[in-house]
Amino acid sequence: MKTLLTTTAIILGAVSAQAQTVGFSQIGSESGWRAAETTLTRQQAEERGIDLRFSDAQQRQENQIAAIRSFVAQGVDAILLAPVVATGWDSVLEEAAEAEIPVVLLDRRVDSSDDLYLTAVGSDLVHEGEVAGQWLADEVGDEECRIVELEGTTGSSPAIDRATGFRNAIEGHDNLEIVRSQTGDFTRTGGKEVMESFLQAESGNEICALYAHNDDMALGAIQAINEAGMNPGEDILIVSIDAVPDIFQAIANGDANATVELTPNMAGPAFDALEAYWESGTEPEKFIQTDSALYTQDDDPMAEYEARKDLGY
Amino acid sequence: MSVNPRLYPLLATIGIFIAAYIVCWLQFPYMLSTRVAGNLLTDNAYLGIVAVGMTLVILSGGIDLSVGSVIAFSGVFIAVVLRETGLHPLIVFAMLLSITTAFGAAMGGIIHGLAMPPFIVTLAGMFLARGASYMLTIDSVPISDPFYEALKDAYWLMPGKGRLTFIGILMLLSVAVGALIAHRTRFGASVFAIGGGEHTARLMGVRVGPVTVGIYAFSGFMAGLSGIVFSIYTGSGYPLATVGAELTAIAAVVIGGTLLTGGAGYMVGTLFGVLTMGLIQTYIVFDGSLSSWWAKIVIGVLLLLFILLQRGLLRVTALRA
Repeated sequence: MKTLLTTTAIILGAVSAQAQTVGFSQIGSESGWRAAETTLTRQQAEERGIDLRFSDAQQRQENQIAAIRSFVAQGVDAILLAPVVATGWDSVLEEAAEAEIPVVLLDRRVDSSDDLYLTAVGSDLVHEGEVAGQWLADEVGDEECRIVELEGTTGSSPAIDRATGFRNAIEGHDNLEIVRSQTGDFTRTGGKEVMESFLQAESGNEICALYAHNDDMALGAIQAINEAGMNPGEDILIVSIDAVPDIFQAIANGDANATVELTPNMAGPAFDALEAYWESGTEPEKFIQTDSALYTQDDDPMAEYEARKDLGY
Repeated sequence: MSVNPRLYPLLATIGIFIAAYIVCWLQFPYMLSTRVAGNLLTDNAYLGIVAVGMTLVILSGGIDLSVGSVIAFSGVFIAVVLRETGLHPLIVFAMLLSITTAFGAAMGGIIHGLAMPPFIVTLAGMFLARGASYMLTIDSVPISDPFYEALKDAYWLMPGKGRLTFIGILMLLSVAVGALIAHRTRFGASVFAIGGGEHTARLMGVRVGPVTVGIYAFSGFMAGLSGIVFSIYTGSGYPLATVGAELTAIAAVVIGGTLLTGGAGYMVGTLFGVLTMGLIQTYIVFDGSLSSWWAKIVIGVLLLLFILLQRGLLRVTALRA
């Protein structure tokens, strides 16, 4: 009986959904995060019974334009695009619009007029910094706290925005002060080296917290703190951004305290918006902001690690 | 009926293209539509144009590694000049084509004058042109000129909603002009002669110096034209664009049946080489589950096949002689 029910459910589901086809033009697989984004997009499509056509552009815009043209020629029901650069999308987006195929931008934006795409799904980098800052402000309460900051690559937009957000959040808390701030270039080695110099310059026990613009730099810093004979996560509170699998291991070990997630699941909200659009023609907002969820030692970090480790990070 | 063995590679190229199209059509009937055909021409326009220049270079037994960077330089040059000055795009095009043609001529001059291998000289040219584009800007610069908008939207709607775009037509014209130059002019005959052997060419009375300069100047001109087409295609200039396009162009020429050591080949073969590569890419996108790196693997296999075919042909002709 149970099998019969599930079979009927499957058939009904198949009939009502009539398998929409979605083309996905991905930039490439240059980072672990992007590989995870691809994996999650495939998973999301499979769960929803969407037929996903995937095209890896190998970092080249001309490949992305050609792929979108082919998707239009095929007559797909929607196109997901993670654009490699911001410029040069007008004519191909116009072609999709003329064929009445909705386009959803993932993660990055384009400089074309916003009526050429249905919506853009992405994270608010300033907000990520705010979540991290708010956590620290709540954690230390009224105690004096001298903060050191590991910045991302100088001049890059994540570095600027995550710095701004953090400062927004600690503004008005006079007990919190950023005493040192330097770039660690988003890398583990960069984070370790800069943290070593921070520890020497501030004689270690003066530092109460570390804010790193990404998890990799925090992981490097943890190593530096250990080597200096101190206890990361207790002597120095550590908060960072991205939520890659390795930071959850560090949180589980008590070496790090919190991370803010830059979710690679951009496809979920994109498919939600598309399904609503297909069903009733509802136009979503032009920008869908993904959650910047906070994870701490209370959030079962090992389970989070297990959930992420096979995504391709 | 006997067919000239020199025609075998060309026939193989056309045969492979038709066979590949049939395979695609059997699996995705929609592949045989004016839309896909129009896309093939538009998406590969810049590659086809630069491959025309490359064909002439390879026919002469040379190689031009600078063209990918020259395309990127062209896009950036046009975008920056249009942004900074109020010049009409046509004037900017003329400026650009003079620069790239002179650049090519200079490389040709060095290759001949200093008797340097084209590989080394054009490798230097590749770095120079790429560096020059970074000097102009490190960002991707959008082009927003009404004349550009008009060029972008210039197309003829074929029956079945396919678009025969301006840049697609320009590519076909370039191939036709390239074929005329290579096969119907004295200059073209000299190119073939040099490709067959520089010493023999000299004995035949070919003025190797001016012809070499002309060959690389032509390639530079085509690279500039390809850069213009690429900037129309993307509506922007980006210094990181078309990295490795020179190698793709060389692959297209070889798949098009031109002998990599020079002296034998047909311009029209290059067109089919470019279209075959475009077809592989289209097939992979239509399928949607294959990794796009398969395109590289198939192209690699095709290259190997053509090199073997040409080796075999050399044997056959040697046996006959």
